[in-house]
Amino acid sequence: MRKFTTATALLAGVALIAAGCGDDDSASGATTTKAGATTVKPAGGGVKCSGIALGFLGALTGDAGALGQNMVDGAQLKVDEFNKANPDCKIEIKKFDSQGAPDKATPLADSIVQDKSIVALIGPGFSGETKATMPKFEAATLPMITPGATNAKLQTNGWKTFHRILANDDKQAPGVVKLLKSKGAKAVGVIDDGSEYGKGLADTVRKELGALATSSDAIDPKAADYGAAVNKMKAANVDYVFYGGYYAEAAKLVKQLRAAGVKAVFVAGDGVLDEAFIKNAGSDAEGSLLTATGLPPDATPKAFADAYQAAYKKPPALYSPEAYDVATVFLDAIAAGKVTRADINAFIATYDKPGITKQLKFLPDGEIAGDAVYFTAVEGGKLVGKGIIK
Amino acid sequence: MDWNNFVDTFWQNTMNGLSLGAIYALIALGYTLVYGVLRLINFAHSEIFMLGCFGSFATLWALGIDRINGDNPYKSGVELIGILALCLVVSMAISATAAVTLERIAYRPLRKRNAPRLVFLISAIGASFAIAEAVALFGAKGREEYGLPFVLNEKDVLFTVFGADMTNVRFIAIVGAVVMMVLLTTFVSRTRTGRGIRAVAQDAETARLMGVNTDRIIFITFLLGGLMAGGAAFLFELFRGAARYDTGFVLGVKSFTAAVLGGIGNIKGALLGGITLGVVELWGAGLFGGRWTDVIAFVVLVSVLMFRPSGLLGETLGRARA
Repeated sequence: MRKFTTATALLAGVALIAAGCGDDDSASGATTTKAGATTVKPAGGGVKCSGIALGFLGALTGDAGALGQNMVDGAQLKVDEFNKANPDCKIEIKKFDSQGAPDKATPLADSIVQDKSIVALIGPGFSGETKATMPKFEAATLPMITPGATNAKLQTNGWKTFHRILANDDKQAPGVVKLLKSKGAKAVGVIDDGSEYGKGLADTVRKELGALATSSDAIDPKAADYGAAVNKMKAANVDYVFYGGYYAEAAKLVKQLRAAGVKAVFVAGDGVLDEAFIKNAGSDAEGSLLTATGLPPDATPKAFADAYQAAYKKPPALYSPEAYDVATVFLDAIAAGKVTRADINAFIATYDKPGITKQLKFLPDGEIAGDAVYFTAVEGGKLVGKGIIK
Repeated sequence: MDWNNFVDTFWQNTMNGLSLGAIYALIALGYTLVYGVLRLINFAHSEIFMLGCFGSFATLWALGIDRINGDNPYKSGVELIGILALCLVVSMAISATAAVTLERIAYRPLRKRNAPRLVFLISAIGASFAIAEAVALFGAKGREEYGLPFVLNEKDVLFTVFGADMTNVRFIAIVGAVVMMVLLTTFVSRTRTGRGIRAVAQDAETARLMGVNTDRIIFITFLLGGLMAGGAAFLFELFRGAARYDTGFVLGVKSFTAAVLGGIGNIKGALLGGITLGVVELWGAGLFGGRWTDVIAFVVLVSVLMFRPSGLLGETLGRARA
């Protein structure tokens, strides 16, 4: 008899817990939908909502952590402005740190999808993690806008929830080539780091350069010595070296190139456009040319730059204006009463408003309309914006 | 396959390979010495090396040197040599202290309790993670790369061989490694303590019966390994100029490979293995492209081990005459 009661008690307990969980789930789901249904924009201004959050997935630590932090800071600035203007609708950014690694991002994507309060995603930050996690977001109809993943194959997967707010590498590569040709390059060495982003960009540059690309190599970013690639560039006697990869390795590569006596101008894409590149490479970074489809840090609108400086005690950096625009799109959706994942996704397709970086309008494949590529030079130990590549 | 490039860059790649190989060899000595005496792969040795890298970095910082902005930090040749010597000493001191402390904390308690060998291995891997993560968590820049200021003007070409430039930093790395290796070999083969090391390596039990203080010998072995790692760290940073919490990992794996390639437990083997690996890696990368570096390295290792299972020179610290 005693045994029996224990068992019943246990069973009852389990049932209770199960019920509790069930309740919880439906409750949070219900809140969202209810909130969605009841979101109203009173005449006096201010949006009402509750239990809604935006997600961020990207590198906050690790080799490229600086870039992810730029994104979060940019987006947070917009969210803070929104929260201040709408005290009855406090939006939170839930951050997920992937360290930029596709394998670390995948389990995080599951958590994001399961968190019912997250109605839209800022990110993923880079191309590799975007490729790895997109199927999960697509399956959950979670709309995302990436402020930094520029691999040119991403939009070809037919994903309905994929959007990006800057031009892709296929558009960046012609910009790089245009830049090299305008500088009178005669022999270009192209090196990549084998990553989704680096190799993708470098391959397109190789193709576009054609016969101008006289030498080519790839490095293992983790290797202790990039000597083989450096010596190859030296033997080929190139006058420009293009590197497809990120700033941590770029700094070491340019140092080793200079140490070996290679005087070729160092050119790289947006993955290298970061203060950390100059900090780590020092005087060897001097004269480097960095391209980006994102707005160069010193070309951002003054009001944004001032607000950013006031909030974070540092000037805006690469991808922060893009992330600000991403947050703008999502918050406009919420302000318009779209608070479910599907509604926001539909809203993005119809969006057409000026942002701080460009006119924000998305093509059916999720790409942003327009294809400006900017370039920045390292002069006197500083990043100096040179405007659009013509 | 790019034969033209292989031929064009052959001598330059050989130069780079030699300097990189010299670093591998110095780190490999740490693995080999400890293995010879304790039959233990000290996986935390890569972190001992990494701490040495930060030793050089901290010294330059403390001296307020920042070549990164272009100007020469020194006024005379004597001052330059002084700065370099100080970096070397600090790197070696930090690595040696870390190695000895590691032995005290991670291995000696286990030895006292006669723990099975597998436990030592787990302890080694644990210590490796603990040190690397401690640097990542408590370091000023966390997991970010630290750009180290260059002291030497690394663009200076000393001489050329078959049209390949030998720069000063690469030259110092090679010569420095050879000098340290000669000193170590002399120490192990000529001194009383060196004889003790060889005795413990051959048969620890008998050595103890003959009056050799094994604890002291093991302490000295770790000390020597740490000193070599610190020296390697200094020489490496001369031409690398960057360090991070996981800098030791790749170099550690490669150096361990070099030790096995040459014959683990064998001091000359570490030298031969290191140089071979460094040069072959660069040649392979020149021929197949940089992404193939590791593939080449391990194909060479496997091919050598197939025909000489105990490495190029065999496993003999104990019987080594030198």
